[in-house]
Amino acid sequence: MLKIKNINTYYGQVHALKNVSLHVNAGEIVSLIGANGAGKTTILNSLSAITPPRDGEVLFEGVSLGNLSPDRIVEMGISQVPEGRQVFKDFSVADNLELGAYLRFRGREGRAVIKNDIEDMFTLFPQLATRRKQMAGTLSGGEQQMLAIGRALMAKPKLLLLDEPSMGLAPLVVQEIFRVITALREERGTSVLLVEQNAKAALKIADRGYVLETGKVILEEKASELLENKDVQRAYLGREKKEIWER
Amino acid sequence: MKIWDPLYECMLREDLEQLQLERLQATLNRAYKSVACYKKKFDQAGINPEEIRSLDDLAQLPFTTKEDLRLNYPYGMFAVPLREVVRIHSSSGTTGKPTVVGYTKNDIHTWSNLVARFMTAAGVTHDDVVQIAFGYGMFTGAFGLHYGSETIGASVIPMGAGNTEKQIMIMQDYKSTVLVSTPSYAITIASRMEQLGIDPKSLSLKVGLFGAEPWSEGMRKEIESRLFISATDNYGLSEIIGPGVAGECEFKCGMHLSEDAFIAEIIDPDTGTVLPRGSIGELVLTTLTKEAFPMIRYRTRDITSLDYEKCACGRTMVRMKKTMGRSDDMLIIKGVNVFPSQIEEILFAVEGCEPHYQIVVEREGEMDILEVHIEVTENIFFDEMKKQKGFVELVEKKIHSALGVGASVKLVEPASLPRHEGKAVRVIDNRKL
Repeated sequence: MLKIKNINTYYGQVHALKNVSLHVNAGEIVSLIGANGAGKTTILNSLSAITPPRDGEVLFEGVSLGNLSPDRIVEMGISQVPEGRQVFKDFSVADNLELGAYLRFRGREGRAVIKNDIEDMFTLFPQLATRRKQMAGTLSGGEQQMLAIGRALMAKPKLLLLDEPSMGLAPLVVQEIFRVITALREERGTSVLLVEQNAKAALKIADRGYVLETGKVILEEKASELLENKDVQRAYLGREKKEIWER
Repeated sequence: MKIWDPLYECMLREDLEQLQLERLQATLNRAYKSVACYKKKFDQAGINPEEIRSLDDLAQLPFTTKEDLRLNYPYGMFAVPLREVVRIHSSSGTTGKPTVVGYTKNDIHTWSNLVARFMTAAGVTHDDVVQIAFGYGMFTGAFGLHYGSETIGASVIPMGAGNTEKQIMIMQDYKSTVLVSTPSYAITIASRMEQLGIDPKSLSLKVGLFGAEPWSEGMRKEIESRLFISATDNYGLSEIIGPGVAGECEFKCGMHLSEDAFIAEIIDPDTGTVLPRGSIGELVLTTLTKEAFPMIRYRTRDITSLDYEKCACGRTMVRMKKTMGRSDDMLIIKGVNVFPSQIEEILFAVEGCEPHYQIVVEREGEMDILEVHIEVTENIFFDEMKKQKGFVELVEKKIHSALGVGASVKLVEPASLPRHEGKAVRVIDNRKL
């Protein structure tokens, strides 16, 4: 579904992604893991053309995304849930969801369909249903994250780019978020490219993963195998630290 | 027939190439970072792994040879610290110091699945009883097939090499359905059974998985007709992973090479240039999934060719021809390249020929003398000298027309040539070159 070949992305002079190649199959959950600054978020931002890659090839369902603007990319079926949720705080929950469908208003779909989809989001996230009129800024962190995901889904994406959905959330809330991500794939066939600091939780729900280091991919494996990889365990899963450092 | 891992084994070439590129780039990044030998080689060649942007770019990278492994003996080529290595194996080390290879827990898992692929392709299922007549110990062959069998869910009999009569007894009593051994050992078993008066049809054997040495189509026919089994070939080498690099499917038209785990190239052994698709040359392998022991453009010294045509079994993985010999045991006789396997083919083609033979090369003055010693069987140990002479002449004529060089054929007593339970020594080169 998504194929990336040799993308290089720069922040000014900083070479942030070096020849990154990766792919996501239809219906797959793929996790990107790596330390801070490894380039995980940059990959998502390169895909959504927030920081377009300088060269390389991005194919989505066989179509090149090169030079497309962020809104065109959303229309192609790729939605990003940004790091730190970035909900519209002074807007109600329902308005936030409606804004997620912004581009769809250009099309021939009736408003009724969009309204129906908003209700659908409330089924997916029942917690939000009771707060539909509430300002988004008054929601808890977990609820804001659900809203951010719901807003992205309102664009009817085939591929969801998720940036640090568990950041700053309580373990139980994280569990709920990850349950929803899995359900999206199971029930709607949505593919997910997931960036997570919480590598263990991410790898548990992912099919495959890529490990990034200083802007380069250093490992591509099944998620179950990455969980077994000692390098990954030490660097990103926080396991065995004691035994290793005390020796 | 079942395909073990259809997601990968039946991948579209386009998707496969994407996966290969991703894994190649990741492997290069890791190897450059963690293995001093690769860093040095790449730096000397003036290549940064970041410059590798396509599968074709692979040809720019330097080769890795057995010599590199020896220079870095024992652990220098490992890409992970030893505490992450759960297994250490060694190559058979027929020449010089052995080479040491390591596996992480994931590598063992990957390996098991690669072996399960070709075992399934050969027809092994969880209902089978697999008798492994490879030596355990440092050799990867036995362990690879052992793990593959267990992964499939078959019952493993870890017999080990040798002790032919006991092998036969166990085969009879435990009702083994699959034999894992070298092809020459399968012949040894068949001969011993004939001597003991055991009818191979009374056994439960149905499949043979033979590897670790090159063997011919003629030998396949002989094994199949004498043991009443389907004899399949598989390929691997410890430096790459052990068995599990490639193996035959039920159509026996080349060994499917697991290209999601290895990139195969065919090069001219003399110049090192990559040859066009379909050419015969030396196989060069790059690992794509190995954690502990990545190999980049490893020169296998095995001569073969790759067939990219679609196979009837549904697997899309390229098919590797039976190895035709080794680029380093290729004999140059009077300036002509001669592979022992060519002579073997001829011997099998001539009716009544027992597959125990030895090639002896001598030099008299400036002349190379090629001799083929053949053990006779009752069938060809004719009473009449005339018949015997006719047989020798026939073999000589066939060798001359096939190789372009003459050979003198000598008949020797049955069982007079040395027997090997591991790899057979087929060539004795007495020339001091």
